[in-house]
Amino acid sequence: MICVVLPAHLRTLARVSGDVALEVPPPVTIQAILDALEAKYPVLEGTIRDHVTRERRPFVRFFACQEDWSHEAVDAVLPDSVASGAEPLLVVGAIAGG
Amino acid sequence: MSKVRVLVGTKKGAFVLTSDAKREKWEVSGPFFGGWEIYHIKGSPLNPDRLYASQSTGWYGQNMQRSDDGGKTWEPVGNKFVYDGVPGTHQWYDGTAHPWEFKRVWHLEPSLTDAETVFAGVEDAALFRSSDGGKTWQELAGLRGHGTGPKWQPGAGGMCLHTIILDSRNPSRMFIAISAAGAFRTDDCGVSWKPINKGLYSQYIPDPRAEVGHCVHHVAAHPSRPDTLFMQKHWDVMRSNDAGEEWLEVSGNLPTDFGFVIDVHAHEPETIYVVPIKSDSEHYPPDGKLRVYRSRSGGNEWEALSNGLPQKDCYVNVLRDAMSVDSLDSCGIYFGTTGGQVYCSPDAGDTWKPIMRDLPAVLSVEVQTLA
Repeated sequence: MICVVLPAHLRTLARVSGDVALEVPPPVTIQAILDALEAKYPVLEGTIRDHVTRERRPFVRFFACQEDWSHEAVDAVLPDSVASGAEPLLVVGAIAGG
Repeated sequence: MSKVRVLVGTKKGAFVLTSDAKREKWEVSGPFFGGWEIYHIKGSPLNPDRLYASQSTGWYGQNMQRSDDGGKTWEPVGNKFVYDGVPGTHQWYDGTAHPWEFKRVWHLEPSLTDAETVFAGVEDAALFRSSDGGKTWQELAGLRGHGTGPKWQPGAGGMCLHTIILDSRNPSRMFIAISAAGAFRTDDCGVSWKPINKGLYSQYIPDPRAEVGHCVHHVAAHPSRPDTLFMQKHWDVMRSNDAGEEWLEVSGNLPTDFGFVIDVHAHEPETIYVVPIKSDSEHYPPDGKLRVYRSRSGGNEWEALSNGLPQKDCYVNVLRDAMSVDSLDSCGIYFGTTGGQVYCSPDAGDTWKPIMRDLPAVLSVEVQTLA
């Protein structure tokens, strides 16, 4: 199972507590994880990536294994430790504003 | 016994304030959607327990919420606002063409005839309608597509469609206003639109009398006289007696005619209210005194209402959707400030008291009068 850590606002919106566990078949990419996340929690559609362009919203970041994956291609394969569930994919609200 | 419910949208959540008809003691619930900007909340006139709320942040975009129990509980509904066809371009701040991009919902206007239908005014300016209680949204594209769209431009707050007035006598007619494009009217349920800005004069655009480009801040109408419109423009308070065909300035003796809000007394269609703000760069009341101005003659002759409002060192603003009225026998007037106060006058403006003093900056105030 893939482990996804959502920011507090999106956990509240999706009415989940703690981390989200998802079944994602290989290859495990950010796009595949987001597709599975939105399928399980449709209320998150449009909050992490734009409804139309499907691009990451400007103030959202993706971190995994202490690396910033925000600017990588969404179909880039994530590390094995993310695919195995040993490490989470973090969806993070960028530090901006007050 | 009648009661009132005040729906407050703030920079960091929503609040629901309730009182009996005396409007002296208030119960406060909230914050709902803490941390999110709530640009507007409004209830259906047909089913007052049906509320719609616009919830957004710069991080996670737009969400919509619906309550079917008067704000006790909320359910997320549809947040997909997609412009019809190829969106095209409008003017950017520097005069270049800029593609239409959806940012947020500024104003919600539930239908007068169908509790499942609600209209949404959005940034970048467009009008959307839902006929299924907010689950799905379709653009009324005739507004953006009627021809002047490429000339519209954003005001300082963005290019927002912030005012929607449904004609209580003519279900085919609707008025909207956009900053900074102007006011528009449809007479065929939103299929076709015409600019209604004749008589407006705006020195900050190349042609001060242009058909579009005016920074209209808010428009209000009394339900019994929908052809009589009152407008707070960037500068100037205006009125129209003919559904917007022509506008006349009625700023009269106001200390400044800059401001954002304007509203109409529930029982006196010629009694109107504004909150003068010092200038377009100094968004606070003149002389540090928070005063509502009332005209009982539909404009031109104004009286300051200050009893109970701070008259020293007050530097808050009152944003365009942050004033509302109830329809009790003694009409109540309400407004919220960027300093987080919500004021109520239970006697049509003669005296004021704060309902709340320390909320986040208030973006919108709506009032429901409940049986």
